[in-house]
Amino acid sequence: MTTGGWITMILSVGFVTGLLGWCIYRVLRGPKDPGKLAHVEPIEESQADDR
Amino acid sequence: MSKPQEAWSSRLGVILAVAGSAVGLGNFLRFPGLAAQYGGGAFMIAYFVSLLVIGIPICWIEWTLGRHGGRYGFHSTSGIFHVLIRKPWAKYLGVIGFVVPVTIYMYYVYVEAWCLGYAMNALTGRLSQEGTNYQEFFGKFTGASSDGVALHFGLNDVGTFLVIVFVMNFYFIYRGISKGIETVCKFAMPALIIIAIIILGRVMTLGTPDPAKPDQSVINGLGFLWNPGDIAQGLRNPQLWLAASGQIFFSLSVGFGVIITYASYLRKKDDIVLSGLTASAANEFCEVGLGGLITVPAAFLFLGAAGTATAVASGSFGLGFNVLPEVFARMPGGHLFASIFFVLLFLAAITSSLSMLQPGIAFLEEGLGIKRKASVALLGLVTAIGTLFVWYFSKDLKALDTIDFWVGTLMLFVQATILIIIFGWVIGVEKGWKIAHEGAEMRIPEFFKFIIKYVTPAFLLIIFVMFTLQSVFGWNLSFANAQFNPTGYVRDLVGDAPNKVARLSMALIVIMTVFAFVLVNIAGKVWARQEIKEREDN
Repeated sequence: MTTGGWITMILSVGFVTGLLGWCIYRVLRGPKDPGKLAHVEPIEESQADDR
Repeated sequence: MSKPQEAWSSRLGVILAVAGSAVGLGNFLRFPGLAAQYGGGAFMIAYFVSLLVIGIPICWIEWTLGRHGGRYGFHSTSGIFHVLIRKPWAKYLGVIGFVVPVTIYMYYVYVEAWCLGYAMNALTGRLSQEGTNYQEFFGKFTGASSDGVALHFGLNDVGTFLVIVFVMNFYFIYRGISKGIETVCKFAMPALIIIAIIILGRVMTLGTPDPAKPDQSVINGLGFLWNPGDIAQGLRNPQLWLAASGQIFFSLSVGFGVIITYASYLRKKDDIVLSGLTASAANEFCEVGLGGLITVPAAFLFLGAAGTATAVASGSFGLGFNVLPEVFARMPGGHLFASIFFVLLFLAAITSSLSMLQPGIAFLEEGLGIKRKASVALLGLVTAIGTLFVWYFSKDLKALDTIDFWVGTLMLFVQATILIIIFGWVIGVEKGWKIAHEGAEMRIPEFFKFIIKYVTPAFLLIIFVMFTLQSVFGWNLSFANAQFNPTGYVRDLVGDAPNKVARLSMALIVIMTVFAFVLVNIAGKVWARQEIKEREDN
């Protein structure tokens, strides 16, 4: 592999990995209130057809 | 719309579901093939420019339009356009949002069955038997060798796996957004990444498998994919830009009608800017960070430069189902790694196929006013007919290829263009910006306003026109000496020697589109009655 190949690979893989890492960090650092994110959804199987 | 609302139970769930929808076979088979074909450096520049200019902006637009439409109780593209634009014709713009995912599902579930079938055949050792002719195996298993040859239900036949995955998809979709799609994606996406890392570890530690061929090493395999050629010359090649932007476009599932439907189950104050970016980043990580390091380097180790170039030129199916089984068979512990590799492809496929059903289910429920059981049954019947058609007319995968081109490629461009025009020009960038940032945990950089209003539509239009000229009218991509020679997709339909299966496939597409127009017309009347009733109640 040439030096150009190493640079291309490291920049490309590094960029997408860094972007995902940064996003996950921001998501995890965000407001933690899972209850607030959920709507009311029928939980029982018997209610499935009412959706 | 006062019926009980479905929703995601967690933020992680919706991010994984959107990422799962985007991550598919193309991440592991198509992307590395293109990167190798166009020579690392220039391709990756065009790829990341396309990500910035069309991929991420259209994702944000879909998330925004979807969540906004969901506030009014609409979850289908037609319903969302109806409530956003409030003109009688608006709902018809969403027809493609129903046709595209439902029709793609018809053949995608068939490919999904190949993945599960190959995983089982690899596990039982059938794929690693000495003297196996992999092309012959593929032809018989998928039916590519002859029409109707794959219509069998033995333990090693695709029919058995097709029934299993078809039923699985509808079982999970029946369970709903949270208990079905979200549950599957929460399991499948982490599993997919773990499997990919295990296979990556195997490939990277193979060193030089054949000491007699010292050139065929891991490092040289990576070099085959990533070594940049002449970057300046590469960037002047319109074909390279077309390939890179097309890959971004199809990989992120923009224009499918899926993200808009998924986002419609969010609340007004749920973040979409960071969630949308995270889902896109997850897809890019799977594509560049994992897909880019596994398949092509693995093929290079055992086939060398010439063999890998031939494998890459044979397309995604050739690389995935003809070449890689042979590569795994030559690897220590290969049948196990082949098995988990096809499980990986299966997981990538099922998270995508599930997402293709939800827009159809949502539309049937809100458009026809029918309940979940009836909508699942109706969609199941329609898609079963289409899948049976693709399964039977399998010679040279003609039906699959024809539908994939006209629906899975051309219609997607049209839908994405409609989305971006509605956001940038009908709603307006300023208003759309405000809607996008409700509850947002990060700001979209201001320069994206200009990109979304001008650059993205122009870029998309140029790519669409060039793609159509090349893939339909056979343009040689030369401005100085332009020549046109209609491609096989056209000649199959209107040439001197038309192909019967291609024509039947086009008839299926037309029937689906007319069917969708009729349904949208009925839905419009249902929504009008509901609005009158709501006004009277108030």
